[in-house]
Amino acid sequence: MTISETASRPGSTDAPRPDPGSRSGATLNVFSHAFLVLWVILAAGPLIWVALTALRPSVDILSDPMGWPDAFHWENFTNAWTEANIGQYTINSLIILAGSLTGTMLLGSMAAYVIARFTFPGNRFVFLLFAGGMMFPVILALVPLFAVMENFGLLDTRPGLMIAYIAYSLPFTTFFLTSFFRTLPTGVQEAAMVDGASHTRTFFQIMLPMAKPGLVSIGIFNFLGQWNQYLLPLLLNNEEEKSYVLPQGLATLAVSQGYRGDWGALFAGLTIAMLPVLVVYAVFQRQVQAGLTAGALK
Amino acid sequence: MNEAGRSGVKTDTRVDDSPPPKKAPDPTGRPKSPNGLLFLLAVLLPPRFTPESVRYDRRYRTLDKYRFIIGFLGLPLAFYALFVISPFVQAIYYSFTDWSGGPVANFIGFDNFTKMWNDERFWDSLEMSIALAVIAPVVTLMLGMFFAYMITSGGRHRKGQAIAGVAGSSFYKVVYFFPQVLSVAIIAVVWGRVLNTNSGLINGGLDKVGIDGPAWLGGDRTLALIAVLVVLCWSFVGFYVVLFSAAMGAIPKDIYEAALLDGAGRGRTFFSVTLPLIWDTVRTGWIYMGIQALDSFAIVLVMVPEHVLKVTPVFLYERFRDGQYGYATSIGVVLLVLSMAFSLIVMRIGNRDRIEY
Repeated sequence: MTISETASRPGSTDAPRPDPGSRSGATLNVFSHAFLVLWVILAAGPLIWVALTALRPSVDILSDPMGWPDAFHWENFTNAWTEANIGQYTINSLIILAGSLTGTMLLGSMAAYVIARFTFPGNRFVFLLFAGGMMFPVILALVPLFAVMENFGLLDTRPGLMIAYIAYSLPFTTFFLTSFFRTLPTGVQEAAMVDGASHTRTFFQIMLPMAKPGLVSIGIFNFLGQWNQYLLPLLLNNEEEKSYVLPQGLATLAVSQGYRGDWGALFAGLTIAMLPVLVVYAVFQRQVQAGLTAGALK
Repeated sequence: MNEAGRSGVKTDTRVDDSPPPKKAPDPTGRPKSPNGLLFLLAVLLPPRFTPESVRYDRRYRTLDKYRFIIGFLGLPLAFYALFVISPFVQAIYYSFTDWSGGPVANFIGFDNFTKMWNDERFWDSLEMSIALAVIAPVVTLMLGMFFAYMITSGGRHRKGQAIAGVAGSSFYKVVYFFPQVLSVAIIAVVWGRVLNTNSGLINGGLDKVGIDGPAWLGGDRTLALIAVLVVLCWSFVGFYVVLFSAAMGAIPKDIYEAALLDGAGRGRTFFSVTLPLIWDTVRTGWIYMGIQALDSFAIVLVMVPEHVLKVTPVFLYERFRDGQYGYATSIGVVLLVLSMAFSLIVMRIGNRDRIEY
């Protein structure tokens, strides 16, 4: 929490009005801007190149990778969407995300609320159990998780993938929201109880609305994390190409388009996959930065 | 936000005030208890059907509390235990067996680990993974710190200000952060194209100035390692710029003023003021980046052709695909030990007195 608060603070140092005085400041200013602009080019360059190349015919891409699009070749995009299955992959990703994000937020906030606000034997243990889960690399659980999913009949199914996303998002979500619920005033909860509201009702109608800022941060964090997930689908959703999620589909496409030589569709597919996320990010940039850097807390 | 929430609550409870307890709750004055059946019924039914006589009984309230706790904690804990905790615990167990996916898993002691010790492919992959874990954090954190310092204090001095951010600082942070919101798989595909020998962006650019670019991912292991390092660095620098500039922004301005009055230049200010004050964040970031680098599975799997370079997680994944489940989990255990060792070493190296401000 502290990090996400400080992370949103540097906005206050933004854009100082330039002062034409002080010459040493001016040279350093030019110098630092040069470096900063250089990294802007390096950071955004490959992405812009992909978007521009997506508008060129495949033949041109191979002969001159640095060229500009001579005309807008939208057919790459329609090819990508229909023939290369990007449309299907996008829909799969959306379905999985709808289930997994809802589940993560609901279960995570429920567990966090109970841990933060109720004393019961084992409270500390449960908290540490969740917090401890953040320290283990997922790759360690890889093989047994595959077997567990197979035993439950959840392998290569949508509910299975959703459950896996939820389970692996729970540690950080619960950890983060527990500290958030602890910061909320206790008086309101007590007042609700005195007025005869049940625990469940207090949670859904009073505590959840109050926790909205925390829910938004962690919601964005989970949205990006689950939308971008690659390892879990590769492990648990690898049977049928039709059911691939977007990152998985693109990685496969990168291999298959190599044989077919249709690079235009690959670039268009990449653009389709990147653009919405970047737009969402540009709109919510401060929350996203705060949410994602809070992840370093673990 | 809180203000709005609170006022919302007030109106909410006022609406609820109409059917409230008519008799003041007074558990002590009540006959010893409502009968057991009523009690049981109250616990099983939703709270709104709880009879008045039971509602304010202390034992009912305890039961009600635990019922709620179990109800709310049950499902999350079950998911977590089944799909996260149990696989982790099983991984440790199976690393000592010859499990190959079937129902039988014979305990074979440390055989998997001795096999690993003698497996040249494992050592090759480990060499690459450790190189990444050592080099990537240093390069990424240094770049991140450099840009963060430029952003928070590279600006012109305003009158009476010891330190000033550069103009457009939030623009820089937004663009630098781009790679962080993309999937690693997509980053790997993009860079696979960028580094392509014949039709990539880099070799295309080199071609324009008359240089024949090398085959980055085509066969040479060192070149491929450098490529992976570049991609790791590229995707994480923005994260550290945001993290460090937040930490730097939290440093009180009067410390900088004092340094300026004492005649410290920008370089001196950075090493004597800024760096010590954000050291905790640097250390956390260092560990985080090292673990990310040790774990760079998707980038290598998607971007680098199999025969060129492997990192240990990819080696693990291939053993899993071969059906050598026991062996694969033992590699996972080694990776866990390595990442813990890495954290401990960095904690040790990076241990300095904490400075409160």
